[in-house]
Amino acid sequence: MTLRLPLFEYRTPTSLAEAVAILSDSDGGAVIAGGGTDLFPKMKRRQTTPTTVVSLSAIPELSGIEIDSEGNCRLGASTPVAAVAASELVPAVVAAAAAEIASPQIRNTATLGGNLCLDTRCNYIDMPELWREASGHCLKDGGDTCWVAPRGDRCWAISSTDLAPVVIALNGTLRLVGPRGERETPAEALYRNDGIDYHDRSDDEILTQVMLPPFGGRATYRKLRRRGSIDFPLVGVAAAAHLDDRGTVGSIRLVVGAVASAPLRATAAEEFLVGRQLTDEVIEEAARLASHHVRPQDNTDTGSRYRKWMTPVFVTRALQDLRA
Amino acid sequence: MSERVLTIEVNGEPHRILSSDNRTLLEVLREDLGLTGTKHGCDVGECGACSVLMDGQPVLACLVLALQVGDRTVTTIEGLAADGNPDPVQKAFAERGAAQCGYCTPGMIISSRALLDGNPDPSTEEINTALAGNLCRCTGYNKIVEAVHLAASREARP
Repeated sequence: MTLRLPLFEYRTPTSLAEAVAILSDSDGGAVIAGGGTDLFPKMKRRQTTPTTVVSLSAIPELSGIEIDSEGNCRLGASTPVAAVAASELVPAVVAAAAAEIASPQIRNTATLGGNLCLDTRCNYIDMPELWREASGHCLKDGGDTCWVAPRGDRCWAISSTDLAPVVIALNGTLRLVGPRGERETPAEALYRNDGIDYHDRSDDEILTQVMLPPFGGRATYRKLRRRGSIDFPLVGVAAAAHLDDRGTVGSIRLVVGAVASAPLRATAAEEFLVGRQLTDEVIEEAARLASHHVRPQDNTDTGSRYRKWMTPVFVTRALQDLRA
Repeated sequence: MSERVLTIEVNGEPHRILSSDNRTLLEVLREDLGLTGTKHGCDVGECGACSVLMDGQPVLACLVLALQVGDRTVTTIEGLAADGNPDPVQKAFAERGAAQCGYCTPGMIISSRALLDGNPDPSTEEINTALAGNLCRCTGYNKIVEAVHLAASREARP
């Protein structure tokens, strides 16, 4: 069966102002495409049928990676994931996480901004139109029932971005441009734990830049997926910490991805870890604190109990990485 | 939703085609240009059967719009053979029997070619990483990896 894209108009504005104007004039009918690797499959499955697709590829200032005079790493949102993975300017953990996204071919097309703005995913929405119609449309699909938790009133689609947990762990800032001008937000504040309304970003706002402050500590990203390639994360744990000479944690940011509709800061575990050395006992307690509130649903490759079980395991591995 | 005339360079030849904006590079290659060597697999970026080179880098033709190609050059499996002589990667795949049903083979060869162009003497791990976006459902990966090693060893010879 050929899944063809629905008809749309493809626009390639050459300036941010032009792109914002197209988006805000479209009454929600226009969507942004970074590389299109997340958007086009959803359009082929008729999960979304925009009248206009706005490519950001021809806007020069959105591409590239540089270190500014204050030592911040600034990444343009249209930078291909492959370029992030190959960059020596970005923190090593960012390059490593980028290299674990999807497949080599997709990394050549997909963009940093596209991964950070990835739509939430779920077994009940990422299906062809016929299937969704036969089963009944879910909440995210305009229906009135969530097939993951039918008695609830929210959508449980999963935040599946690999880079958001890492950017949040590194205390990154995002720059967005919209019709009301430019704003900066901590990366953490962009995400909402709601499968439908998963971004604090209006339809006519464009993510333009990621700013990572200088980081001299240790950081890691641990990703669970069924295969070693192609797959989205089932659990993703990012950790960034400063340790003193004796291995005592001075500060740490710990983020668990892919177990909810947003990346989750594990603040209780962070508070517990500060002032402690990363002994096996401390890591075990931190892993418990980071995961006991986590409630993965049964809506991706593996069952929810497996993801729940694996969450402390991957937090443990991430914290062990920091110790090594 | 009008159509527009696109000029895309495929295998060294410019082609003018009339296309609506929604058509993928895969559709244009197979349906307009008759280049059916590039296979149509999952259509949603999960299998790698439609891999082609865009400016030498492997991409999925099912997730690239024809009009996104712009002035970049496209190389398909048909474009690897020079003057009727198969590419060394193609020869090595044939000799090693690195194909069972053959459906993944063009994509495998495209990814292998891109790897060897940037890394003439890859390790097995590097080959596995480079081919990690190409699924073989017959699971005949060993011979594929052997074929890439064989092609690399021949190309390395002066």
